[in-house]
Amino acid sequence: MKPPPFLYERPDTLEEAASLLAEHGDDAKVLAGGQSLVPMLNFRLVRPTVLVDINRIAELGEREDGRVGATVRQRDFTGNRLVDLAMPYVGHYVTRNRGTVGGSLAHADASAELPLCLVVLGGEVSTSKGRRVAAEELFISHYTTALAADELLVDATWPEGDTVGFEEVALRHGDFALSMCACSLRVESGEIRSARVGVGAVVERPLLLELELEGAPATAETAREAGERAAALVEPPGHLHASSAYLKHLTSVVVTRALEQAL
Amino acid sequence: MIEVRVNGRLRRGEAEPRLLLSDFLRHELGLTGTHVGCEHGVCGACTVELDGLAVRSCLTLAVQADGCEIRTVEGLEWGRLQEAFRRHHALQCGFCTPGILMAATDLLARGPVTREQVVDLLGGHLCRCTGYEPIVSAILEAAG
Repeated sequence: MKPPPFLYERPDTLEEAASLLAEHGDDAKVLAGGQSLVPMLNFRLVRPTVLVDINRIAELGEREDGRVGATVRQRDFTGNRLVDLAMPYVGHYVTRNRGTVGGSLAHADASAELPLCLVVLGGEVSTSKGRRVAAEELFISHYTTALAADELLVDATWPEGDTVGFEEVALRHGDFALSMCACSLRVESGEIRSARVGVGAVVERPLLLELELEGAPATAETAREAGERAAALVEPPGHLHASSAYLKHLTSVVVTRALEQAL
Repeated sequence: MIEVRVNGRLRRGEAEPRLLLSDFLRHELGLTGTHVGCEHGVCGACTVELDGLAVRSCLTLAVQADGCEIRTVEGLEWGRLQEAFRRHHALQCGFCTPGILMAATDLLARGPVTREQVVDLLGGHLCRCTGYEPIVSAILEAAG
């Protein structure tokens, strides 16, 4: 329950951080808020030889409207409607004081709320290599992103959604989601014109579902049918806490509820 | 060697990079009011204030706190919150209490609170004695 030994680096600039990552590659881990990384260190699930602490790089903590720096704390990221719905589900009150927006994205836990929101909103991230990566290309699988070992997530751009909804079921408040859904819909004259509906936790990365909602009436019946179709589109492996069939059922429930919120 | 201001006093101590802030406070500085339960951020017993915000000291490295202000339960002034805990029997064994006091102090400092916010806050704290309801009542009473 104590971390294994490692070297600690605390660069003051993005350039220094990038060169440290270039030097150490896979042996280094970036430390932002530490709310996922430090538990993994304590459990010795990861054993980096170097930790690169980016908390004192001033520019990473900046925010300009929808562009949110990597080390902006989760508690400070308010004002995006979908994120405002999802944030109460992110960890706990106290971990949101310290946990960062960029850390949650780069950690890429398949049951994390912020990656799912970024995908549904069609956002993107920029990196220390000057790349811009769309959210849909960023998340590859469990704890795996398209970022290179020596590439730092610098900021993420969060578009405002249309009318939004978010729903999650977890075993305990603040615990990892069993299933969750985020959606952003454009509704005109009682009809859905466009829809982005994504699910997390029951898939290996945040996934947009093809539910063919365009043209459907904005009704509770549409939401219910969409939930059933969503459940048919995922094949989550069962685990200790829930069978595959139960996770599919939960997925229909969260998709229906999230759509009802938005409609 | 790191230097932190703890409960208003400048303190120095040895900290290898892997030393958790919780262990630094307890073992280097002797401040054992901060309790250690799960060491993975779930139980909330180790919550302290770092530069004005409640954080898990078991999820913070001591070296990260170098140059920072820390307040632990020993640095909390006795007041409405503790009185309310006593009145409502919001503790029995007391293991979880320091962390909950620190988190509640953070919440109360942000202005008026609702029952829903208090329940959300306590979602991050494990108490095996009270069943939580007395703690909710105590924090709401302290909020006035």
